[in-house]
Amino acid sequence: MIGVTFVTEFDQLPWTALLHRARHGSRAEAAGVLARGPRSLADFALLLSPGASELIESMCQRSQALTRQRFGRVIRLFAPLYLSNECINNCSYCGFSRDNAILRVTLTVDQVIREAQALSAQGFRSILLVAGEHPKFVSGTYLRDCIRALRDWVPSIALEVGPMEIDDYRPLVDAGAEGLVVYQETYDRAAYSQLHTAGPKRDFNYRLATPERAYAAGFRRLGIAALHGLADWRYEALATAAHGAFLSRVCWQAMLTVAVPRLRPCAGDFQPLIALTDRDMVQLMAALRLYLPDAGLVLSTREPRHLRDGLLPLGVTHASAGSHTEPGGYTGAGRDDLHQTVRGRRVELSDTDGSNNAAGRRATGQFEISDDRSPSEFADQIRRLGCEPVWKDWDRALGA
Amino acid sequence: MSTLVIAGRTFRSRLFLGTGKFASPQAMREALVASGTEIVTVALRRADLTGKGDPYANILEFIDPNQYLILPNTSGAMNAEEAVRLARLAVAAGLPKWVKLEIHPDPRHLLPDPIETLRAAEILVREGFVVLPYINADPILARRLQEVGTATVMPLGSPIGSHRGLQTRDQLRLIIEQATVPVVIDAGIGAPSHAAEAMELGADAVLINTAIAVASDPNRMAMAFRQAVEAGRTAYEVGLGTPVDGAVATSPLTGFLSP
Repeated sequence: MIGVTFVTEFDQLPWTALLHRARHGSRAEAAGVLARGPRSLADFALLLSPGASELIESMCQRSQALTRQRFGRVIRLFAPLYLSNECINNCSYCGFSRDNAILRVTLTVDQVIREAQALSAQGFRSILLVAGEHPKFVSGTYLRDCIRALRDWVPSIALEVGPMEIDDYRPLVDAGAEGLVVYQETYDRAAYSQLHTAGPKRDFNYRLATPERAYAAGFRRLGIAALHGLADWRYEALATAAHGAFLSRVCWQAMLTVAVPRLRPCAGDFQPLIALTDRDMVQLMAALRLYLPDAGLVLSTREPRHLRDGLLPLGVTHASAGSHTEPGGYTGAGRDDLHQTVRGRRVELSDTDGSNNAAGRRATGQFEISDDRSPSEFADQIRRLGCEPVWKDWDRALGA
Repeated sequence: MSTLVIAGRTFRSRLFLGTGKFASPQAMREALVASGTEIVTVALRRADLTGKGDPYANILEFIDPNQYLILPNTSGAMNAEEAVRLARLAVAAGLPKWVKLEIHPDPRHLLPDPIETLRAAEILVREGFVVLPYINADPILARRLQEVGTATVMPLGSPIGSHRGLQTRDQLRLIIEQATVPVVIDAGIGAPSHAAEAMELGADAVLINTAIAVASDPNRMAMAFRQAVEAGRTAYEVGLGTPVDGAVATSPLTGFLSP
């Protein structure tokens, strides 16, 4: 295990000075950083400033050139596959929150295979398995069985599930998972404790150290992000960048990916507390590329098509397409098993709304996607933008 | 320009090309033609190794094996076991028993791991592979690999994709001086002048990918590299003059003393 943890480093960052630079940096200061390239978190802060915003075109030009040099004219495609929307946490902004009376289901392994086959037929060779946090429905054994069922024909499998201990991650790496994604949601401790009202997710530090545990267990790709809309975007950006830089330094054998997700409408009707505008988002992605030139930048279907098309050539390396955020979304699998869950116990729909079946209904999604183009349409758009859509960039021969 | 011989096979071109980072497979194919290359390296992790002709991982379909030697590479491997596994899979999938051995556990700088590379080379040579290892510009490691029986050594000029040229020049010079196998300068060559410099130093070949793939006109850049490699090699074969301080007149002042 690593001797040093980001939790300690995070609390010791000179936040006041960093935030001052990020909020009040001048154009001249930002231009200086842009000319020599950001070498420190303090430099990165200036790239988030209103002064840097005036230089957004130059930032994006530089971001594009760096990305092409490092990653080439290619965009790697992946798809999320939701296994379960059961959850023991209450997170004010998430559709899966345990107190939301939504239609829930956990796919059987056979259903997961069908979903993955549907994604594979669309071209996906890189699949992200996603689930709410619920040890009863989404156990380590269940996850391992899902991975084993896919490993021989899905070249790249990553996970986005509730944080675990190193010893619980190891069997998943051995089964064939190579990537682990965990969003901190917000790096603002006060906002974090207000928004996470129940469940193990309330432990900020445990979540913050998750990528380090994942690395210790052998994951080769670590994905991090703040979910924008919960706290000041400049603060979140600084924390994310600091986290990314730490992981690059300490977890040196893992590829780092960073996403810039923004809140989307979901069950519970939570409204974003703070906006990250389109322009801010472009500035942030360019700043991240300049500060972390070797990190993958991930773009999901949360964003509308015109913005995705604009962002793709600026520094994005990984993108999803045609996504569903509900279990069974690609095949309709699991619709015969929809139910609600109250206090960890399954409640049949006939007991809750008088209807005897769930005919025509589907499990509730985590959030609404925005860009609903099909994977092949999106791939065509990538080609029109002068890049190659890459479906396979990993092989099972690599890794455990 | 003389021919290049690797493991008994003769090549007229001394320019290897990588196939990553291109805007499309068609653009890649055209650049291969423009470069005049005969050796083309492909990342196995991008290719379909199941033999099922996966249309979503079909990079190999764009490279004519009758025209080019396809040199599978083990990019992505973090240790000897993974590299060996990939190389064996490639052979099983019908690719040549040649391998560009790349083991870089650090995904950021893609610097090669010398210990794992030597271990993998020992195994692969024993299994009959023609092994072309990507290494840091370490003269001792190059010697150790030669002794193991690799077909070349491929030291880097600077980190992959960095376009920084021959930052390891002094070490490269030593590797070239002591080499018993062809020396291919593998990474960091960002400009035709870097390629020419490598050839003038006495390198047997260079490998280019990023500088061509991400150029605004990959075909013309491929041609520029082809010309630079030929120019540098020809100059090396002719023999370059030694730099001296001050001028040396082309018409000697004391010529009248000759009978």
